[in-house]
Amino acid sequence: MSIAARSAFFHFSTRLQPWTGLKSTANNLKSPAVCCQRKKSSYTPPPAKYGGRHTVTLIPGDGIGPELLNHVRELFRFCCVPVDFEIVRVDSSASSEDDINNAVTAIKRNGVALKGNIETNHNLPPSHKSKNKLLRTSLDLYANVMHCQSLPGVPTRHKDIDVVIIRENTEGEYSSLEHENVPGVVESLKIITRVNSLRIAEYAFNLAREKGRRKVTAVHKANIMKLGDGLFLQCCKEVAAGYPDITFDNMIVDNTTMQLVSKPQQFDVMVMPNLYGNIVSNVCAGLVGGPGLVPGVNYGKDYAVFETATRNTGKSIANKNIANPTATLLASCLMLDHLKLHAYARMIRKAVLKTLSETQLHTADLGGQGTTSEVLHSIMQEIQRGGPRTTEQI
Amino acid sequence: MATLTKALKPILGRQLGNTAKVFGASVNSQRGKPTYSGRIIPPPAKYGGRHTVTLIPGDGIGPELLNHVRELFRFSCVPVDFEVVHVDSASTSEDDINNAITAIRRNGVALKGNIETNHTMPSNHKSRNNLLRTSLDLYANVMHCQSLPGVQTRHKNIDIIIIRENTEGEYSSLEHESVSGVVESLKIITRNNSLRIADYAFRLAREKGRRRVTAVHKANIMKLADGLFLQCCKEVASGYPDIEFDSMIVDNTTMQLVSKPHQFDVMVMPNLYGNVVSNVCAGLVGGPGLVPGANYGRDYAVFETATRNTGKSIANRNIANPTAMLLASCLMLDHLKLHDYANMIRGAILTTMNETRLHTIDIGESVSLHHCLLLKDICTSSK
Repeated sequence: MSIAARSAFFHFSTRLQPWTGLKSTANNLKSPAVCCQRKKSSYTPPPAKYGGRHTVTLIPGDGIGPELLNHVRELFRFCCVPVDFEIVRVDSSASSEDDINNAVTAIKRNGVALKGNIETNHNLPPSHKSKNKLLRTSLDLYANVMHCQSLPGVPTRHKDIDVVIIRENTEGEYSSLEHENVPGVVESLKIITRVNSLRIAEYAFNLAREKGRRKVTAVHKANIMKLGDGLFLQCCKEVAAGYPDITFDNMIVDNTTMQLVSKPQQFDVMVMPNLYGNIVSNVCAGLVGGPGLVPGVNYGKDYAVFETATRNTGKSIANKNIANPTATLLASCLMLDHLKLHAYARMIRKAVLKTLSETQLHTADLGGQGTTSEVLHSIMQEIQRGGPRTTEQI
Repeated sequence: MATLTKALKPILGRQLGNTAKVFGASVNSQRGKPTYSGRIIPPPAKYGGRHTVTLIPGDGIGPELLNHVRELFRFSCVPVDFEVVHVDSASTSEDDINNAITAIRRNGVALKGNIETNHTMPSNHKSRNNLLRTSLDLYANVMHCQSLPGVQTRHKNIDIIIIRENTEGEYSSLEHESVSGVVESLKIITRNNSLRIADYAFRLAREKGRRRVTAVHKANIMKLADGLFLQCCKEVASGYPDIEFDSMIVDNTTMQLVSKPHQFDVMVMPNLYGNVVSNVCAGLVGGPGLVPGANYGRDYAVFETATRNTGKSIANRNIANPTAMLLASCLMLDHLKLHDYANMIRGAILTTMNETRLHTIDIGESVSLHHCLLLKDICTSSK
């Protein structure tokens, strides 16, 4: 089949999707062809669909996820962004995994997703796995990247923070492999593999080089977990040898967190296994102003999923119109950049930052009085004031 | 029997180890009996009314700071003698650390500097500090993190007690490489140890009149392991209705600590989270040079700095901050029920910190003040 015919078939089956229940078989038929097409070169964004509009999977999640993602959709419609959302709901309380499997299939189809956090109720039995985790491991989204920057206009105790945190996203302490051989004694397995460690280190150094960063710091606890984190550290050192222009050093996680709290400006790019990444990214998010400000991305070889960096469900502030939409909006800008729709991304990002810094319209988490809808309204006004996007030259 | 052993000490020297093993049973049983409230009885005063405490210099800044402690104690006429046991971190044999452990079993109390763990050595070379903690079953690491008024920090008035399980969890040192390139590291959580540490935490909270205990965990991901820990904490909490209990996931905890640390009162957690959280808190109140830590077991207590830094880069340059080590020695004096001396030394340290404002380089003093000057000031204040 020629490429044109293949993509025509692809468009055709996508169009059929709402009316037939055959989408899964259609997927199976077309996915090998689509995947081959994608894997041939360095990552290319999913091809523009019929009419030049991209389709992105949207997973509302729980808590503040649905309302914030609605705002994103509203904003995109207002700015005429050529992106359509395919909404896939995942029920966090259902014990069956069908929901999340549907979501995974949708992401495989579209290649890009924007999601809210799905709640993991830890009172449910251990056979009920974390849905977020299932998503990350099924799609092999091995790198979680969080760019933590002090935003002007947000009052914080530390200034001028600019740290990129790269966290291994699929293994480590999040293996979900636990067992109780003897009653009252639980063994939890932390898995570190050479392949994944090399991969994430390679990703980190590549990213550092692309962004013109000078230093990569590996965070570990190899003095205690000699084999596990020792292997991780060794892989990082091996990869570092291939990037002589970038300085490589390492730091133990406890010292890292202490240094972050006193002198965070010393860090540039940090790479680490899963759990330390979780803690360090939350510390950094706290330093720049809280969970409502920082977007995060999960990259795999073929897929990318965008969400807030600290993955909070925010149950206590859900549906009260007080959540800070900045993180989700900035995440959607990252998604637009990924789809190569840079002009739209810049426009929205500029409006968001202007609302934060010049208009100083802050939500409750930043100590202000604004509601979510007020912030959105202000952002829309900024965009309108900026004029049609074609004249924006930033 | 205990006094006879002590009298014979200078004469018998090396053979003391064996003698202690023979007499050890009786000495330990006398020491090991907890009172009804579970408090540890300090070791009986030795011959002449002076206590003997094991001193492990460690590496880096340990030896110099512990020398200063000894100097200060001599100056203040504190009735404590130190039995110095050197542990060589570079040697592969475990004799050194076993000698140290025997000495601590004998004396019951120790003051130590951190022993360096070189992570380029083969994996069968265990961390000496870890060996010490597990052999003596020092199950609770307690760190009382308080803002000192004279120290410039971004957060004011922090007062948090962190209780960290000290023997199991991620520090089990059980790792294997079944398939080449795939390492499995075991994190062990047991019901017994979790109940024990939770009980310790609630009892301490009650003794100190604290209102709330927060358990820090990651049970959404490690459902069985941290789930068990959390469940044990809940069970123990039900026996202390006067104390509020809540739980928080570790990532949220660290984020809250960095923005609003005043919401925390007493925190209890497994080993690795304890490590990270205590370092974050130490960073909040001014750095590793200010906070003392204590490791308590049923029969033994070992005092050291809370963040266990070796400080290799500042060793022997006379710039290290002695506050953490000195406050740790005050905790030790409190443990030995020598409260007057403890209060005197602590008062002098705090006066130097807060009123005289003589600070070392780590707290951001622009003039490099040597810690000897600091000590001199403490000595004059304590007069």
